[in-house]
Amino acid sequence: MDVLWEAATPLSVRAVSGLLTDRDLAHTTVMTVLDRLAKKGFARRERSGRAWHYRAAESREAYVTELMLSALDQTADRQAALARFARSVSGTEAEALLRALGALGEAAGG
Amino acid sequence: MSAAVVILAAVATGCVLSASALAHARWPRRSPAAAILLWQGIGLGWGLAAVGTLLGIGAAGYGPGVATATLSRVAGIAAHWPMRPELSLMAALRLLCLAAGLALLLVLCWILVAASATVLRARQRQRMLLDLLAHGDPKVPGALVVDHPAAAAYCLPGLRSAIVVSAGALALLDDHELAAVLAHERAHLRERHDLVLLPFAALLRAFRWAAVARMAQRAVALLIEMHADDRALRSRPARELATALLRVGAAGGGVPSGALAAADVTADGDVTARVIRILRPAPGLCPAARVLAGLTATGAVAIPVLLLVLPLR
Repeated sequence: MDVLWEAATPLSVRAVSGLLTDRDLAHTTVMTVLDRLAKKGFARRERSGRAWHYRAAESREAYVTELMLSALDQTADRQAALARFARSVSGTEAEALLRALGALGEAAGG
Repeated sequence: MSAAVVILAAVATGCVLSASALAHARWPRRSPAAAILLWQGIGLGWGLAAVGTLLGIGAAGYGPGVATATLSRVAGIAAHWPMRPELSLMAALRLLCLAAGLALLLVLCWILVAASATVLRARQRQRMLLDLLAHGDPKVPGALVVDHPAAAAYCLPGLRSAIVVSAGALALLDDHELAAVLAHERAHLRERHDLVLLPFAALLRAFRWAAVARMAQRAVALLIEMHADDRALRSRPARELATALLRVGAAGGGVPSGALAAADVTADGDVTARVIRILRPAPGLCPAARVLAGLTATGAVAIPVLLLVLPLR
């Protein structure tokens, strides 16, 4: 997927294999992976000549944003799906408390 | 009306009343685990008793025990379909209660299935995206890191569970604070808190208009956070967890998107309450009180079940 994200144009299976030089993958393995990505909607493919050419459906940033948004969404349904560590607290209140904690720490340390 | 129906109605009413009392009580914060158990008992007990009351009225006189009577009443209606039109007002009202009881039972089962499906779909999508985007980091062993500037940490429960930390949170917190966050999230995963919250989220979805459903969902969500805080405090110092909470909480609004404009303002007090509780822990409830909470939870479920099943007249 990283290869597809970095490429400017749609890539053939052979081109993707070629770019994955660090890993010794069989042509069929790459084909299967790309096919699966296309089925899940992460990659789009178009026919050019006899081969399929693949490109990323969305940019990496778009997927990161989606991931974070669904994680930070605060509806009850989402809460059941993912448990967030801390929901937002007003900045001023948090800062006041943090300052108080810092003062305490210095007093204890010194 | 039989005694069973009267008791069922009393249990259903009692559950609603105690739910709103429990939502406003202070003691649950001292022993979140006991309070969570009580919430679960009240929730399940309410469902059973409410359905039982309606069915009990609707099928009165059709057999011993509410469950048996309902079955024989439904079988009777099916056998004599279409029904005679010369229904008395009383019989019509009873029929209405029977239909309402069955409808409530179906709705309660359905919302649970629907909510589970929604949650599973959301998690699957998260899982797929994480597989593509996330990477490990030596600063947070066992967790996945997503490169996004907003500070966020959350866990993805399920068979292939994961703890996710954003790059923003990684930059914001020091190593000790990160360890506290991981301990907190691990407690969620280990104790499957998501399964505790799911029925309450489902209930809220179905009864959005009911203040008590909203209060219940919020109270349980806060209690499982406090419980996970307690678990994290077993291995991490209180200060680290408290500062981690405040830092992540204060930075939480910084996501560049309109979709988050609806950030829950009421959650404000929740984080503060957790911090205060971590720094100045109140003593837990005495064992007797915890046992009492457990017995009440058991009773809220056992009484309706017995009344539904036992062949009482």
